[in-house]
Amino acid sequence: MKILTLITLLLWAGLGSAGVEYREFKNPEQQEAYESLTSELRCLVCQNQTIADSNADLAADLRRQVYEMLEKGQSKDEVLKFMTERYGDFVLYNPPFKVKTLLLWLGPVLFFLIGALFVIVLIRRKQTSPKQVLSDEQQQKIRRLLDEGDRS
Amino acid sequence: MLKYLIPLIIFIVMGVFLAIGLKLNPTEIPSPFIGKPAPAFSAAKLDNPEQKLSPEDLKGKVWLFNVWASWCVSCRAEHPVLNQLAQQHAALIIGLNYKDARDDALNWLNKLGNPYDMSVSDQEGRIGIDWGVYGVPETFVVDKKGIIRHKHTGPVTPETVQQTLLPLIAKLQAE
Repeated sequence: MKILTLITLLLWAGLGSAGVEYREFKNPEQQEAYESLTSELRCLVCQNQTIADSNADLAADLRRQVYEMLEKGQSKDEVLKFMTERYGDFVLYNPPFKVKTLLLWLGPVLFFLIGALFVIVLIRRKQTSPKQVLSDEQQQKIRRLLDEGDRS
Repeated sequence: MLKYLIPLIIFIVMGVFLAIGLKLNPTEIPSPFIGKPAPAFSAAKLDNPEQKLSPEDLKGKVWLFNVWASWCVSCRAEHPVLNQLAQQHAALIIGLNYKDARDDALNWLNKLGNPYDMSVSDQEGRIGIDWGVYGVPETFVVDKKGIIRHKHTGPVTPETVQQTLLPLIAKLQAE
């Protein structure tokens, strides 16, 4: 049992070390700012990871940069400004609303409206199309077929 | 007819967009620095750490700022191209030795040749961050007023030199 516990703990140790340095913060607000910033800045080397997730060298440097700026008492916005001035909007996981990103932000709404329009047109068309009225002959045929079905 | 035309049009539009998407290079991030002043630094020279170099010292000259490291594989591929470019003396080539050990860097230059008029060290990668460096090698072109005019990410090839760098340098030298 003890060995099992030991193995489990050793396995956990590996997980814990991924992309994390030991940092000391002056207050909980600073820690909160650090955590939220590192999880909304993109690592530019491994582009689908935040700098908090990434083990890349550059991500570690950027985490250090964020930490040092916060240590100096700079605000979250100042850190974000620093990063976008150097790496462009691409560094932000939460892109700003601009002319260039208009389609990005409004695209989903646009597609929803197109879909809604399509559905409305479809329903309208169904409603206006004349209802098919069966002739007496056809109705009798239906009844006959149903009766036959009951008997068998 | 319209019934078949609409899906066809949708297909073509999607095809065009996806084709463009395939051709885009996601590692090429447009630099927000183009047209902006080169970020200041004062860095120790690689061959003589006592002396410092800053972009201010290079005012009035057109210079290339090439970020390199001895651990960087693509830099090795780029190196002969830079050596050749250096022989043409079109512009100053300043190297930023990025996150490298000094001895390794000096060895590398001894072995492969030194295209740089000057290299400065950035062992902690701070100058790199200031310049928005995210992948080595990177090459910036800075004009006489100290404004960044162009950035090339990835190794410089003979084609980039001929088609982009040399014409741009000629234009900037004439300014």
